[in-house]
Amino acid sequence: MILSNAGFLSLLLGLLSSFAVFLCSVLNIKKNLLNLENKIYKFLTLQFFSVVISFFILLYTFIISDFSNETVYNNSHSTKPIFYKITGLWGNHEGSLLLWLLVLTSFVLFFFFSSKDEPKNFRLYTVIFHQIIVIGFFIFVLKTSNPFDILFPIPSEGLGLNPILQDPALAIHPPILYVGYVGTSIIFASSLAAMVTGYVNNLWAKNLKKWVLISWTFLTGGILLGSIWAYYELGWGGFWFWDPVENISLMPWLSLTALLHCILTLEKRDLFKNWSIILSIVTFMLSVTGTFLVRSGILNSVHTFANDPSRGIYILIFLFVLILVSFVIFFIFENKNLENKKEIFFLSKETSVLINNWFMIYFLSVVLIGTVYPIFLDVITSEKISVGPPFYNKLLIPFLIPFFLFMSVGPSMSWIKTNLKFKASYIYYFLLTSAATIATIYFLTQKDFLLIILVFSLVFLSIKTLTNFFKNNTNHAQNLSHLGFAMLMLSILFNSISSTEIIKNIKVGESFISKNEKITFEEVKTNEQKNYSSIIGTFEVKNKNNKIIKLYPEIRIYNQPVIATSEAAIKTTLFKDRFITINLIKDEQLFNVRYQNKPFMIWIWISTLIIIFGGTFAVFSKKKNYS
Amino acid sequence: MTLNKSGRLLMVKKKFMVFLFLFVNFFGNCYSETEPYSKLENDIAKNLRCLICQGQSIYDSNSEFALSMRIYIKDQIDNGHSEDQIYNMLVKKYGQWIVYDPGYSKKTFLLWFIPILFFLLGGAIIYLRIYKSKKI
Amino acid sequence: MLVFFVFCFLVFNKALIKDKIYSPDFKNKKTTYLVDFSLPELYSSDEIQLSEVIGNKEFSLVNVWASWCVPCREENDLLKNLSSISSLQIIGINYKDRKKNSIKFLNNYGNPFKYNLVDKDGTESINLGAYGVPETFLVNKNRKILIKIIGPINDNDVKQIREIVNG
Repeated sequence: MILSNAGFLSLLLGLLSSFAVFLCSVLNIKKNLLNLENKIYKFLTLQFFSVVISFFILLYTFIISDFSNETVYNNSHSTKPIFYKITGLWGNHEGSLLLWLLVLTSFVLFFFFSSKDEPKNFRLYTVIFHQIIVIGFFIFVLKTSNPFDILFPIPSEGLGLNPILQDPALAIHPPILYVGYVGTSIIFASSLAAMVTGYVNNLWAKNLKKWVLISWTFLTGGILLGSIWAYYELGWGGFWFWDPVENISLMPWLSLTALLHCILTLEKRDLFKNWSIILSIVTFMLSVTGTFLVRSGILNSVHTFANDPSRGIYILIFLFVLILVSFVIFFIFENKNLENKKEIFFLSKETSVLINNWFMIYFLSVVLIGTVYPIFLDVITSEKISVGPPFYNKLLIPFLIPFFLFMSVGPSMSWIKTNLKFKASYIYYFLLTSAATIATIYFLTQKDFLLIILVFSLVFLSIKTLTNFFKNNTNHAQNLSHLGFAMLMLSILFNSISSTEIIKNIKVGESFISKNEKITFEEVKTNEQKNYSSIIGTFEVKNKNNKIIKLYPEIRIYNQPVIATSEAAIKTTLFKDRFITINLIKDEQLFNVRYQNKPFMIWIWISTLIIIFGGTFAVFSKKKNYS
Repeated sequence: MTLNKSGRLLMVKKKFMVFLFLFVNFFGNCYSETEPYSKLENDIAKNLRCLICQGQSIYDSNSEFALSMRIYIKDQIDNGHSEDQIYNMLVKKYGQWIVYDPGYSKKTFLLWFIPILFFLLGGAIIYLRIYKSKKI
Repeated sequence: MLVFFVFCFLVFNKALIKDKIYSPDFKNKKTTYLVDFSLPELYSSDEIQLSEVIGNKEFSLVNVWASWCVPCREENDLLKNLSSISSLQIIGINYKDRKKNSIKFLNNYGNPFKYNLVDKDGTESINLGAYGVPETFLVNKNRKILIKIIGPINDNDVKQIREIVNG
């Protein structure tokens, strides 16, 4: 109880130091005093450490299961393994916001520390704009979602964490995703500051690029972890459902990707200044909108924690204040001397970046409209509609074809102007791609026209990207990420069209045939664990060559809270995943068995890791050819 | 700061949800036929929302509602109804909410149109930007 | 631009406070009629045509229930209370249940139903447009739906039903 109070006070201290930072920064803009700058340092550090202290206090109360704390009571249980006691901290609304604050304050401290070479006023304005966000979130936490609320009398046992959240991938998913989201707040603050101080130039772009890359890499990682979790935990073998909550993490990713390309052009060619600023603002707005939509419970989704509307209204007002502020600043300080004077040639890297941004914004608009349109329609006409996979497939897939083609040639363009000469190698590329496409199509069961050109464009993209590795003076970070993307698209495509599935209701001892495999249900065992009891089935999969694989799917019945989950058994090989789940059938000895063959599943994860690796590589590589 | 009324209500609600979950998941599924589902049935099930679940399709869900719906779909296919006819029947009963495909209608015109507009506008802006800069 | 943002703000704001429970029949304000089908009766196993039994009385309350459904137990008292109204009959749709369990349920908690139609695999309930158990429809002689309640009925619903039935 004393601990919780201390945690709360520490948060209050953090809020106070935010005000102090804000004040010092404002004062220092006019006066330029060295000791004020030192004070900003001190207060930023104080603010960071006060959040660290409250974070660790909450962590400690989770570890010792102090149920006098309401957050612990609602989301933990004394029999839970220690790992999930710790991760239970951010498995709920209050704790995850505290984590959010922790990342937010550490980033601004890191920014101030690492930007010593940049103009003073730019740094100060960035801190000021960022502190507005920090203060907003501090007040949000303290007012509507205090993680240190105290319960009296002290309950003897907690309610427990939802078992589908008790999972290693999901345990580290929120911190990674938050680093990505929160990184965009620095990008946002920095763009506004650069605009106010007239610092939107290639130097700024060079420094901002680092932040964009960090956010982008972490966001990619967060999305990957979420998908992996959905794949094996939600129990039906999908990894992306166009669920609103997934869309929300995809939207900032799309605009960040656009910004990443745009900022490179700004760095190299001093072009697209206003557009970079707009993208920075949009990216952060999408992150906050995401928080709003998830936290308010407006969305109907697998992932939402139900919440009371007062929180939603707070974030909503906060979001629109931020939008208003950034628009006012944008219209006052907008770069008026239009850069249109600079010529852009059709065959140039500038054009390819524009085309990349064009498609990214289109994809973004599809996802955004698809996510919010049902909300608007419901409010205005009281009609409820669902926007699901058919909508996204229809609007995205046809546009992917030109996108892949542009993406294949884009990176080989040079800045300013490319001299296109007809080369014999083009014919080779074409023939090679056609041959590879024909070979691929031969192995596929479905053969419609759209699919064939989709495969063709993708194969072309992969080949072109691969050859880029062998060129002189090439950007390997970019090549890696592009290759990862091409592989990702290929594996998703093959996975989605050649997955097979069979659903059977069978008894122990029975077997069934799936394609050229024989699946036998051998036995059922029960197993008692501290926080759940489970029913484990043993399945034998025998293929043509009498090779045997054993699979052990589970049904778990957790005791706190009492929830039954179905744990898939997955056998991963390089070419395909075998995926099996079982479910009990009421009053009978039958089990509902779902057996799936998912080709190239592991390549989806591997190629995303390659994308992430490309991003990491770019963060750490020192730019040699900067001019 | 004791458990207030809304807190208690929430607990009751939570308990209720736990029971519901338990029954749905554990004692669920009366369906005992051993036939596998056909591809058409799975495709239809993937395009239908499980109305009592949170963001799951009929295909993904093991709730009573979803299982009955699967049998219903099967019956309708056996009765000779086409995929679209089945969607229409269900939309009549449960509203547009049940199908994941929003379809083309007056209500969804903007849903399809806005992204396309973005695409066209973007293309136009890029064209103008390159074309204009050439003239100067 | 500003107008657009204010508009978005208002829409989101309204979406926040909006009721999340959704039933298409009454949002559209269209008159809808209960579909007709025949199912076996619980005790007698005779096929019963829904429209015939509904046509017998001024008002009917069609209640989808199951013995394994916890809220149905709590709802049962309210239904028994309503079954005393002379112009109203209560018709049960026994949803995905075992005969033994449902009879045990009715013996333990009391039987408010005049008829009990057995929907073994739940498809006729889908046909009704029901979401699950419990669910209740108030219909008149011509099967016109007057009220539809998703989830257990409460005292307010009982009051509303009484008002309609008593004119």
